[in-house]
Amino acid sequence: MNREELQNRLQEIKNKVTAVEQTTDNRIYLPCEAQNAYAVSKFLFQDLACRFVIATCVDSDDCFEVLYHFSYDQLGVVITVKAFIRDRENPAIESITSFLPAAEWIEREMHDIMGIDFRNHPNLRRLILADDWPDGVYPERKQART
Amino acid sequence: MSWKIWSLKKSPWVFHVNVGACNNCDIEIVNCLTPKFDVERFGIKLVGSPRHADALLVTGVGTRQAVPRLKEVYRQTSKPCVVFLIGACPCGTGIFHNGYHVEGPVDKIIKEEDPNAIIAYVPGCPPKPEAIISGVVKALSAI
Amino acid sequence: MKDSTRKPVIAVGPFHPLQEEMEFFQLTVDGEKVTDIDVRISYNHRGIEKISETLQFDQIPFLVSRICGICSASHPLAYVQAVEELAGITPPERALYVRTIINELERIHSHLLWVGLGGHFIGYDTVFMWAWKYREPVLDLLEEITGNRNNYGNVKIGGCREDIPDELVPKLLKELDEIEKKTEMLTKAVLDDPVLHARLKGVGILTKQAAIDYAVTGPTARGSDVAIDVRRDDPYAAYADLDWKVITQTEGDVFAKAVVRLLETFESINMVRQALKKLPKGPVTVEVKEIPPGEGCGRAEAPRGETFHYVRSDGGNRPIRHKARAPSYVNVPSFKASCIGQDIADVTLTLAAVDPCYSCTERMAVVDRHGNLTHDYDMLLKLSREKTERIKKEML
Repeated sequence: MNREELQNRLQEIKNKVTAVEQTTDNRIYLPCEAQNAYAVSKFLFQDLACRFVIATCVDSDDCFEVLYHFSYDQLGVVITVKAFIRDRENPAIESITSFLPAAEWIEREMHDIMGIDFRNHPNLRRLILADDWPDGVYPERKQART
Repeated sequence: MSWKIWSLKKSPWVFHVNVGACNNCDIEIVNCLTPKFDVERFGIKLVGSPRHADALLVTGVGTRQAVPRLKEVYRQTSKPCVVFLIGACPCGTGIFHNGYHVEGPVDKIIKEEDPNAIIAYVPGCPPKPEAIISGVVKALSAI
Repeated sequence: MKDSTRKPVIAVGPFHPLQEEMEFFQLTVDGEKVTDIDVRISYNHRGIEKISETLQFDQIPFLVSRICGICSASHPLAYVQAVEELAGITPPERALYVRTIINELERIHSHLLWVGLGGHFIGYDTVFMWAWKYREPVLDLLEEITGNRNNYGNVKIGGCREDIPDELVPKLLKELDEIEKKTEMLTKAVLDDPVLHARLKGVGILTKQAAIDYAVTGPTARGSDVAIDVRRDDPYAAYADLDWKVITQTEGDVFAKAVVRLLETFESINMVRQALKKLPKGPVTVEVKEIPPGEGCGRAEAPRGETFHYVRSDGGNRPIRHKARAPSYVNVPSFKASCIGQDIADVTLTLAAVDPCYSCTERMAVVDRHGNLTHDYDMLLKLSREKTERIKKEML
């Protein structure tokens, strides 16, 4: 696929994302609401055969963001799905491990450090924080001090 | 000098513990065993269990998860023993000093277990093999 | 994860003295075969991403260089590239070449380290000693250029902190010839040995589909016929100006990964040679005033695979979010796919073949149904070496 074809194919999920932002030649961002992130990620992985790179969780004042970074290696393009989780009291999003085993660890990590619930994750136990780390304390959240 | 101390100084067997290191110091320690530096000719040997060790080589900041294990390893090490803190991390947590998962520096952790522990510091990031060897030799000569 | 009935579980730990890394792998076995694994990686967690938010942009390369000692060039490079993308900064051409030279030199000594360790696991301690002896000249070269054998501290936002003096280039080229000769000798010793073929082939196979599902990168992927390499796919530094090839194999076993790493070492030596000869004149840094609000992604091909950094700024002098992903974060979980069905004698080798950035591996535990240790690490290492001996005897 060349760049034009990639852009055309991304139009297939345009009803699930709020925009298709191309910031540089090799960087595309797809902001969307949390409930659509699963479908968009699945499309990137299965339909466009993108490789999963990693996911980043961000504590933005009025919401949480989960960024799923994918790579379309033939063109060297990083396509980032930016999922906005509006409910700050009980942040939750559908896990993508059902079609992507590679996401298992990072979703566990985001659960540990940001307190986001990944629904239907097969193994959402503690991954990186110590066994005796107190429950309910999420170090990557803004109000947490280092 | 008791024969225990004499044999420790003459041919120290060391056990390596990593309590949250980036691996640079660990690799430099192993470099000491390789032909360019070759510490085995001085009788220094890496052993597989703390019970056989005269000295501990500790690398890493001392993460929260690693603290209980470090104390357990220290308990198991036959006494007298010397604890060498290799690198900036165990000496004073280095660049990670305000990490939420960092419980070091390591001398504080060891002293909680044994206030009279013999501790030697080899700073560096990582300390070169020459520095590690020099630090070990200096500390052992001072005992 | 399904709750398997209490089968014996293998804990490989305490870790081997040569690899005292605090990881916790719990292996479940049925007889001599591995059926499942579970992992805990909190022993090494230092909370680096949060520490980043307390540091200024130009201090962070020193922090991320210490995420992992042997990828200590690729993390700062990926990070500064993310910030340069965010801020629209283009480093000068000479800086791109210097960055390339340092990163390829790191790849050379990292792959040699791996060869040594692989040899150690199967009882070839001579290979271990040779490989580690031959990586010393590479470390000396790096020390001469940057001032340190590791943690070079050479990269900064906008370029490099130090230049390679032109007078040094002839010496560097001469040293490279020596290093190449030694690497050739080591490669022949490893690849021509029939016992090694028998010991490493067919072991720890990661299928192409598993490589895709687990999103592995680096030699772990390229050994399983997944032809990805950030240097070619999303070129950075000076890679687009150099003549080199991406090395792949198809079998996905430990031998294939060894071949990829050894042949890559030669490509790296060639790349350093080309870069030194083509080193353009000019400064190695541009002035950087402010980092505007925005976000950027930077990636580099570390010896273990793709290193990825994401940085977000609100216009202040610290990032508001910094994500750092080492290649081992995706490679190590693939151990689950490549180790299930393996003999416990091959478990240590299978994990080593992923070349875990030590800062995230090793600490396997085997516990039986009563929670008692059945195999510690030394026993697993012994099993691995005994298997090599058996193979040797059968061949003679």
